[in-house]
Amino acid sequence: MSISTTSTAPVPPGLVIAPQMQDLLLPVAIRRGVFGFLRNHPTVAIGGALLLCLVFVGIFAPWLGTVDPTALAPARRTRLPSADFWFGTDALGRDIYSRVLYGARVSLTVGLSVAVLSSLAGLAIGLVSGFVRWADSILMRFMDGLMSIPPILLAVALMALTRASVGNVILAITIAEVPRVSRLVRSVVLSLREQPYVDAATASGTRTPMIILRHILPNTLAPMLVQATYICASAMIVESILSFIGAGTPPTIPSWGNIMAEGRALWQVKPYIVFFPAAFLSVTVLAVNLLGDGLRDALDPRMAKSL
Amino acid sequence: MALLEVENLQTHFRTPEGINRAVDGVSFHVNEGETLAIVGESGCGKSVTSMSLMRLIAEPPGKIAGSIRFQGKDLLQLSEREMRAIRGNDISMIFQEPMTSLNPVLTVGRQIGETLRMHQGLDKQAAEARAIEMLTLVGIPEPVRRVREYPHQLSGGMRQRVMIAMALACNPKLLIADEPTTALDVTIQAQILQLMLDLKRRVGAAIVLITHDLGVVAEIAERVMVMYAGRKVEEAPVAELFRSPRHPYTQGLLGAVPKLGSSLTGAARRLAEIPGQVPSLKGRIEGCVFAGRCTLATDLCRQVAPGLEEKGPRHIAACHYARKEAAAA
Amino acid sequence: MSSPLLQVNDLKKHFPVRGGVFSRKSNWVYAVDGVSFEVERGETLSLVGESGCGKSTVGRAILRLFDITGGQVVLDGQRIDDLSPGGLRSMRRRVQVVFQDPFSSLNPRMRVRDILAEPIRNFGLAKSAAELEAKVAALIDTVRLPRDALGRRPHEFSGGQRQRIGIARALAAEPELIVCDEAVSALDVSVKAQIVNLLQDLQREFGLALLFISHDLAIVEHMTHRVAVMYLGKIVEMAGRQQIFTAPRHPYTKALLSAVPVPEPGAIRNPIILKGDVPSPINPPSGCRFHTRCPFVFDRCRTEEPELRSIEGGRWVACHLEALPGQN
Repeated sequence: MSISTTSTAPVPPGLVIAPQMQDLLLPVAIRRGVFGFLRNHPTVAIGGALLLCLVFVGIFAPWLGTVDPTALAPARRTRLPSADFWFGTDALGRDIYSRVLYGARVSLTVGLSVAVLSSLAGLAIGLVSGFVRWADSILMRFMDGLMSIPPILLAVALMALTRASVGNVILAITIAEVPRVSRLVRSVVLSLREQPYVDAATASGTRTPMIILRHILPNTLAPMLVQATYICASAMIVESILSFIGAGTPPTIPSWGNIMAEGRALWQVKPYIVFFPAAFLSVTVLAVNLLGDGLRDALDPRMAKSL
Repeated sequence: MALLEVENLQTHFRTPEGINRAVDGVSFHVNEGETLAIVGESGCGKSVTSMSLMRLIAEPPGKIAGSIRFQGKDLLQLSEREMRAIRGNDISMIFQEPMTSLNPVLTVGRQIGETLRMHQGLDKQAAEARAIEMLTLVGIPEPVRRVREYPHQLSGGMRQRVMIAMALACNPKLLIADEPTTALDVTIQAQILQLMLDLKRRVGAAIVLITHDLGVVAEIAERVMVMYAGRKVEEAPVAELFRSPRHPYTQGLLGAVPKLGSSLTGAARRLAEIPGQVPSLKGRIEGCVFAGRCTLATDLCRQVAPGLEEKGPRHIAACHYARKEAAAA
Repeated sequence: MSSPLLQVNDLKKHFPVRGGVFSRKSNWVYAVDGVSFEVERGETLSLVGESGCGKSTVGRAILRLFDITGGQVVLDGQRIDDLSPGGLRSMRRRVQVVFQDPFSSLNPRMRVRDILAEPIRNFGLAKSAAELEAKVAALIDTVRLPRDALGRRPHEFSGGQRQRIGIARALAAEPELIVCDEAVSALDVSVKAQIVNLLQDLQREFGLALLFISHDLAIVEHMTHRVAVMYLGKIVEMAGRQQIFTAPRHPYTKALLSAVPVPEPGAIRNPIILKGDVPSPINPPSGCRFHTRCPFVFDRCRTEEPELRSIEGGRWVACHLEALPGQN
């Protein structure tokens, strides 16, 4: 690959030689492996790193200088952020720093669980309706019905039917998100079914279940992964909204939505009570969305070779 | 002076896998009213060359160097604003896909009129009148009705006619046609080729025709330039090139195309193959770009890149071993 | 041995055009509308015609990639158009396919080894893992790719190399007939010649019959034995290679052949330039489907549909001109 012109063959006199062309651009360092992939897709790296930090914070919350997030201390209510209480204390004297860190657990659990559950359910429904013609019209009309209700309203309605718990929040948001995923999977399946390689597999005697497993499913995973990150972000927002309006996580568990709801009354005098959980929520959602955008670009079929 | 003089054109792209030297030192010229065909296989740089002429290469990831002198002005030195005044006016372009290169939400008349209003300052009525005139010129029946139709209401052949009408609306000096008939059926291709020949006589614009179809080249080109792996390997008047190709690649290309009428000659002969694959442009190629596939290649070819050399009257080729005609030697 | 390898009788395939709010079937595309032909063992029959003439639909119908609307597809004396999926499987092995687009015809996520092993496993053609590996290796040799290609994925190959992998996959099932659906159309000139030569070599080596679907008449003339010319879902002329290319009889065949640009500058040609475009197969013209563009059209063509009739040894033409006195 060098631009040297050292030649060993004797060059006859009078030979017409092409002029040397210089490269117009600096050489590209070819990056391979996981690290190279991250260098080529900085948004994935930034989003992923941020998200990893937050997961770390959530898991190791008890060892990060926190106190019991539910411990009441009427003596030190609504303290400003200080060296003792990094994010201050709320109206009941609870340490907001501890509450926000523990709150990360709720948000991340809800976000990731909803992403995984709705992807799995959507994948199953999407595959069935993409392959079974009679089931398609029934399933899709049902999904249309669900989609005609705003997801938050649907989640609120579902929460009204059950007891407030993190599990039920996850279930309610999952049901609200499934139609979007199954629509996506169905459209991907329908376009994949038209691919010549699927026809070729049919012609070479591959049975339908094998076609789904070997030729359809692996090729739906990339768009699914991207969609899952967006669902994760939206689930975390919906969870906060539900908690904020008192229809989500029970108030005994610190979640960002709960902290904000409790700080709402004091918003004008003690804005930091709302500010810290809100900032954490924004950064988390931003991280997940960055990851999703980065993955979307990285998993573009034309770029698939770098994986 | 030639209408268009391109010297040492280089167009490189930055990709994650390395620098793609899509066009690497190509020089040619086009005279007024002349038809030059640029022939080659996919990835030889012929389309990138045409996009570079129009400065339609995004920078970054691309980069253009060299000079493109059009009527004495170097297009690469112009501002984007000055370039816009030239595109569609002095130089216009026809693309391969008539479906995607027309705007689906605007009527045909609006699209032809747009360029006229922008470049020639015509008013709405005058632009529409001229659009109808152009549609008549390219042989579209009922132009008064068609001018108000949308692209999806037209067939593929009709759309390509509209593209040609659009390209010719401002009386360009140079028309760049990038695979204008590749997406069309044979009988429609015949119509469009007939139209292009006819228009060439009447309009007198110079044409740069980009194609991989040697049949189309033989039909309408006057001079041919053969490209391979981002370089120009041969150039000659069309009859001369088909009669006595000098570069082994051109010879291979001509031998690889079956000609209609082969059943007359009886037993089917084997098609001549060019062995191997086009080299990757991501690495610098030492020596001749074709050496890896050439049956005549020697160590000299692999080490020293041949320059373009006159091998006959108006016939140049880049090969150390190509036969020279006595007159030119 | 008396019956031909493949017999297609009056094949019809109409696709519904869905429209409106409740996906009513409002219209039909008459993609293939009564097509009959035979393919003998070891023979190449080419289906030629312009886009929308239904030639690819015929190929896909023979592969049973969908159910047909009417007619019969008979493989080696056995009807396959009405077989259940189970009964069809054993017949599928005998007819394989090579598609046009070398990029979308291979699953991007599979290695070449698995792509080639799939048909062998499906049809139980290898008794052991060692035999499977040997067969896969033999296939990659047959299409003249290096052995190390087996461990790689499709995107690592060029268009021509991928088409070789596609051909190897078709051969893996040990078929008797291969449907080549525009199999060389997307390839560059120099690579196209390589693949055409490969197909011809393989045909000779394995005694394969080819149904060669193409719009490239020069390639067809180079490699076919017989040709069927299609226009708007029907065969308008069918004859041997020399008969078609040296003395076409149907006006459409004549126009088609004369429209091909010849790579010979200054060649004297008088192309028959057809007026207008191919009509829509949703609403095909009455009578002869070619009458809207035919330079020799007369009254009978507009009302009565000409039948495909044998007019001389091995030549079939569907044109009223053939019935006129003074012909021949």
